[in-house]
Amino acid sequence: MKLIAAMASSVALLAGPAFADKIFVSNEKGNSVTVLDSDSLEVIHTITGMQRPRGITASPDGKVIYVCASDDNLVRVYDAATYEELPSLPSGPDPELFVMHPDGKKLFIANEDDNIVTVVDVETRQVLAEVPVGVEPEGMGVSPDGRIVVNTSETTNMAHLIDTESYEIVANVLVDSRPRFAEYTPDGKILFVTAEIGGTVAAIDTATNEITKTITFEVPGVLPEALQPVGLRVTADGSKAYVALGPANRVAVLDVASLEVTDYLLVGQRVWQLGFSPDGQFLYTTNGNSNDISVIDVASDEVTVSVQVGEQPWGVVAVKSD
Amino acid sequence: MTRLTFAWAGIVLAVVAPGAALAEVEYRAAVLRVDAPGPMPISRLDLPPADLGFAGAVLGTADNATTGSFLGQTFTTETVTATPETAGAAMKQLIDAGVPFIVTLADAATTVELADLARDLAGDDVLVVNASSTDDRLRGVDCRANLLHVAPSDAMLADGLAQYLVWKRWTDWFLIEGSHPQDQALAQAYRRAAEKFGARIVEERVYEDTGGARRTDSGHVQVQAQMPVFTQRAADHHVVVAADHAGVFADWLPYHTWDARPVTGSAGLVPQSWHPAHEAWGGTQFQSRFEQQSNRPARDQDYQVWTALRVLGEAATRTQGGDFAAIRDFVLSPDFSLAAFKGQKLTFRDWDGQLRQPVLLVADRVVASVSPQEEFLHQVSQLDSLGVDRPETECRK
Repeated sequence: MKLIAAMASSVALLAGPAFADKIFVSNEKGNSVTVLDSDSLEVIHTITGMQRPRGITASPDGKVIYVCASDDNLVRVYDAATYEELPSLPSGPDPELFVMHPDGKKLFIANEDDNIVTVVDVETRQVLAEVPVGVEPEGMGVSPDGRIVVNTSETTNMAHLIDTESYEIVANVLVDSRPRFAEYTPDGKILFVTAEIGGTVAAIDTATNEITKTITFEVPGVLPEALQPVGLRVTADGSKAYVALGPANRVAVLDVASLEVTDYLLVGQRVWQLGFSPDGQFLYTTNGNSNDISVIDVASDEVTVSVQVGEQPWGVVAVKSD
Repeated sequence: MTRLTFAWAGIVLAVVAPGAALAEVEYRAAVLRVDAPGPMPISRLDLPPADLGFAGAVLGTADNATTGSFLGQTFTTETVTATPETAGAAMKQLIDAGVPFIVTLADAATTVELADLARDLAGDDVLVVNASSTDDRLRGVDCRANLLHVAPSDAMLADGLAQYLVWKRWTDWFLIEGSHPQDQALAQAYRRAAEKFGARIVEERVYEDTGGARRTDSGHVQVQAQMPVFTQRAADHHVVVAADHAGVFADWLPYHTWDARPVTGSAGLVPQSWHPAHEAWGGTQFQSRFEQQSNRPARDQDYQVWTALRVLGEAATRTQGGDFAAIRDFVLSPDFSLAAFKGQKLTFRDWDGQLRQPVLLVADRVVASVSPQEEFLHQVSQLDSLGVDRPETECRK
């Protein structure tokens, strides 16, 4: 046993640098994307030349990074290995958040100003469809089987479920005030929608499209109005969900089976969005008001370190290095 | 549809399948603007646009309609202008036509008269929402059970500024008030705020409105001679606080005071419910939707009318298909809350019908700060550190 363990750790040590991941963080005020090495957590590069970058995601193979450049009114595209800028994608005005379809070909973009979701083919760079939704579309999620894309509209207070083939809305689920983010469990059975002003997370049964539980939060010493759920991510095994609570400076840990909050992790100020490392061991949080990201060890739910990035970090995505 | 209820569809829809035939429910509202003849503002930038407030109604109705399109709800809003003399007749006409939700843009006295008229004609079946007057009496001795306030009160605005000034350690104030009754009421709100947050008013002066035109060619020549003298030999102070509801003199204070001190209150750093530069908490989306629609920046009254109509829209979404009593009960219940680009949920105070809301502190081109300031705590809601709190209310509705 000992021998095996020793061998395993030496392999890990040797393999470590070669398998280090890259963490890409969009800095809304800094007009840049900070790139960090996941092992050293050192900043290895800063991509500049964009205005108000917010939503950030990667192609399924991790080779291409997409950034919503809100004030440029387009999606900027970068090579994850060389950081070279690739041709941009049309996005519609003021893109804030988007989601990549699991096929890696279609990007679904929320356009806050126009009450539409724009669907863009990332290869041909053509707009495939514009889907009218509620007022101020924001959060975007996609079902694991790729059949449904969810958009949340902040003033209409709904999750709009859009068929990814027909681009028709197939259901609307009313949630609490100012829904910001939508995320499915890996088995596709639960859809979580965060409501920033409502201060809740709706757990929606995808079989019936009904809310099975509205999850609330409570932290001693934190004003209730500061508990504002924004970003949410579910672990790959579907056991836990993490909820960024904005100005409460906490990430809530949610047990998915019971839909109960099990812990609150103190991170940086105004925690906004979350992203897992490719192996799922770590969760990265963007902390907008303290200009850093926090690293959460997923196994132990410990916040291990915070690392300075650019001004007002907004979104984060981690990919494997070559 | 009966006279004072919405058409009732009788369907509770948590999940709505689009394309399904929905019985349409119509929600009717009106905005009644009472234009009193008055003098011109000092700056031509402040001339009122013809669609003041009504533009906010158009946007609020459109936002409600977009949401309503998913729920089988339609929204119509009538906009009516009146003078103080014709306001009552206009109100009666709206009530006779069966409009149960009426937003008013009027001075304090007219607002109370309209609320009383609505109660006499329709009892609890009509809800009046004040989207303009900041007068504290409307939330105090003159409060009414059928009257809600989405406009912040003078006390809330004064407290919002006071918290910031005290946070900045600018605690010694030179208070200059106008000679109109509404100026004196505002000055009283500042005196109260000073006492509440530990500031001191070290000097008080009244700027008499002697009438006369406010804009004359090269009027600045006299102003430059008069204002420094008017503010001369004041006790040592950190800031000037101007209480000038009537808009007679405050805009002339910055850069003209005898001592080099910042001006706050009715000019300089101004507490407001809305400003076209406000971008936080999704505010940009409101600004761009509004500007695209109306080709001008939004004013306080536009935002306040939008908020009033969103109160109706939010209640319609949450109650769905109910008659107006259901809407009204929900709005007045502790379950009601509204998102309105202020970074937290806005709710109504049950003791005086006032909408709790953060206050923007505007420094001309930017929103310099937003109150309540973090450091001023409150046992119930930090928003109740602004304005008249439950134990001190004079409202006996």
